Amino acid sequence: MPSQPLAPPPMQPAQPAAVVPSAPPAPGAPVVIRAAGVGKKFVAYHKRATSLKERFVRRDTTSGEDFWALRDIDVEIGRGQTVGLAGANGSGKSTLLKVLAGILRPTHGSVSVSGRIASLLELGAGFNGELSGRDNVYLNASLLGLSKREIDRLFDSIVDFSELRHKIDDEVKHYSSGQYVRLGFAVAVHVDPDVLLVDEVLAVGDEAFQRKCLAKIAQFRDEGRTILFVTHSLDLIENMCDRILVLESGGLIFDGQPVVGTKLLRQRLGSLPADSPIPFDLAPVKPTAVAFSRNPGGPTEVQYDPGEQLTVSVELDLTDSAPQYVYLHVEIMGQGEIPIWMMETPPGGVSPGPGTAVVDFVVPRLPELLGAFAINVRVSDAATGQPVTVRRFEELFGVSGPQVAGLLKVDYEARLRR
Amino acid sequence: MSRVADLSTLPKPEPTRGAPANRPRGSGARHVDHRSRAQTRVRWELLRNLIRKDLKVKYKGSSLGFAWSLANPLLLLAVYTFVFQVVLKSGIDNFGFYLMSGLLVWNAFSGSVSAACGAVVGNANLVKKVRFPLLVLPLSAVGFSAVHFALQLAVLFVVMLGFGYSLLGPELLLLIPAGAVALLFTVALSVLVSALNVRYRDTQHLLDVALLAWFWINPMVYAFGLIENRLNEWTWVYMLNPMAVVVTTFQRAIYDPPEGNSTGSAPILADLGYRYYLEHLAIAGLISLAVLWLGLRVFRRLQADFAEDL
Ligand SMILES: Nc1ncnc2c1ncn2[C@@H]1O[C@H](COP(=O)(O)OP(=O)(O)O)[C@@H](O)[C@H]1O
Ligand SMILES: [Mg+2]
Repeated sequence: MPSQPLAPPPMQPAQPAAVVPSAPPAPGAPVVIRAAGVGKKFVAYHKRATSLKERFVRRDTTSGEDFWALRDIDVEIGRGQTVGLAGANGSGKSTLLKVLAGILRPTHGSVSVSGRIASLLELGAGFNGELSGRDNVYLNASLLGLSKREIDRLFDSIVDFSELRHKIDDEVKHYSSGQYVRLGFAVAVHVDPDVLLVDEVLAVGDEAFQRKCLAKIAQFRDEGRTILFVTHSLDLIENMCDRILVLESGGLIFDGQPVVGTKLLRQRLGSLPADSPIPFDLAPVKPTAVAFSRNPGGPTEVQYDPGEQLTVSVELDLTDSAPQYVYLHVEIMGQGEIPIWMMETPPGGVSPGPGTAVVDFVVPRLPELLGAFAINVRVSDAATGQPVTVRRFEELFGVSGPQVAGLLKVDYEARLRR
Repeated sequence: MSRVADLSTLPKPEPTRGAPANRPRGSGARHVDHRSRAQTRVRWELLRNLIRKDLKVKYKGSSLGFAWSLANPLLLLAVYTFVFQVVLKSGIDNFGFYLMSGLLVWNAFSGSVSAACGAVVGNANLVKKVRFPLLVLPLSAVGFSAVHFALQLAVLFVVMLGFGYSLLGPELLLLIPAGAVALLFTVALSVLVSALNVRYRDTQHLLDVALLAWFWINPMVYAFGLIENRLNEWTWVYMLNPMAVVVTTFQRAIYDPPEGNSTGSAPILADLGYRYYLEHLAIAGLISLAVLWLGLRVFRRLQADFAEDL
């Protein structure tokens, strides 16, 4: 298969219920954010009547290009989860947050969020440059739903967090952009939200401020609040989140373990090589596809439990000039391109002959792993040891170990010693 | 479309169409908000803060600007008295006071409807980024004008008393129902146009033209009697305009007509009793309520799409 980094991986699991390890709401944890079948259509601007004159004079029925910014999103987020929202620019992240925040109305589907929401879609939205920092704190906080008494109580804490006490009575128009967002963030996080929706606001501001914001978000997480935040920093998602949602063209293409989602995303964004550097088309033996199933020749499945049997099938395309004995070396690649284990044909190789052939690697009992794994195939001439080609496949299979984090499950005891 | 969402983690939620805690703005115009008293108070505080912000921004660092806006009616008073009494010889006694007694409330009305019209559009960034009760936007424009109006009225009273004008009397109490109806009608129309203007951006232009014309169908620069003489039994149609009722009531409350309430050819005030005004205010109040109902309906219907239309 030629490399098509942006096409959806050709996985068609026979059982749609295949599930990658993830952190669903802990059993019993109430669902606080729920989106069911949410779609959002933006009507092309020129199609809408934008003046009373047009409205009554011209009945416009031209069908312009409507744009679906969100398609059929189903998500449930339980109390206390920290969820990263990722995807390329224009994939609909901000739109999803706005729909959840109740700022945009979904075209269809339903949304519900319980508890007090703070949405940080833009820091300091609504600040008025002509007013002092103090006045803006009061105004902004009251827009976010705080009463005067609450603001009075929190004012010092807000100012301390923003580190702007010396400028609090200056007009905000004289603030630097960093100071502006600091004050905005300080107000927003003092709203005492149950649910925090954060857009890419952390990208602004200096590093010290970013660290402070992240520390605050981490504190919220540890306090058991529910957080959904957009970021382009995949490392951040891996470090902070229990779960990742990946959007592509308005559709939810992944929902599950951060390490798996970020890997998928890296591939989609093309920052991981999807193919070998060796000219693939010229190779006399080409690995054209890999497939995962329980039994050789069985239906494709992508999700496995430890202890289950896994068959990795490598499909080969051989020309007439292919070597008679072909040696295959298959690596199972984990997150961060770390090889997890390796499988190979017997040293003498296999002799498939010209045409197509399939080599099955059967793993009778999967170890206790957690994560999603990709396949790297090296082909060489078994007689001479000459490398023929290498190919990295995008297809993933998942193993859901019993542990909540970490690649391996390791037995241990915790003991207190005095 | 082949979707990797087949890797989705969660059991498919039953689509819940129950009562979500967080409804998108305006969806279900009818939903009963079980909002606590505290929340209502927070909304009033927000409204107050927005009005205070507008006042602060407008008069920031210029107490002179503030003084000017109060002196403005005095200036008008001087100019109109000169033009109408000296140059045009309108025949209305104390024409300046007659005019001001109706003009101030009209100006407050037209100023606030016009400002409210741009209130949502002018706060586009806020509307697109923060969820808050959007109705406070047109209401704060009304509040801003109301504060001005109250101060200007006070200045007018001081001047009238300074001229030794007989102002204080039981008829002043008419200001209370008249002010209430004026506020109700102003709010109603402000809410309506602020929402319409988001979807139909020429609302503002049409409104400004309409207000210019509307000015003349209130008996402010002419005596009410001129209309009555012309329309005779159709005068009630003229009085369907709530602002005409408000203006005539304000005049009855503030202006002290000359002996016989006449310019010679036409009566100046609509009536010398109180009952006439109270009855007409009641009708104007009902009309205002109808407009308010329409305005809230339109606002609730359209507000869900404000963030998208802006
Ligand atoms: N008000 C709007 N009208 C029309 N199109 C919009 C509007 N808001 C967003 N879009 C479009 O929806 C898509 C998703 O936007 P957005 O949610 O901001 O993406 P992201 O935050 O993932 O970068 C973009 O193509 C954008 O142009
Ligand atoms: Mg965005």
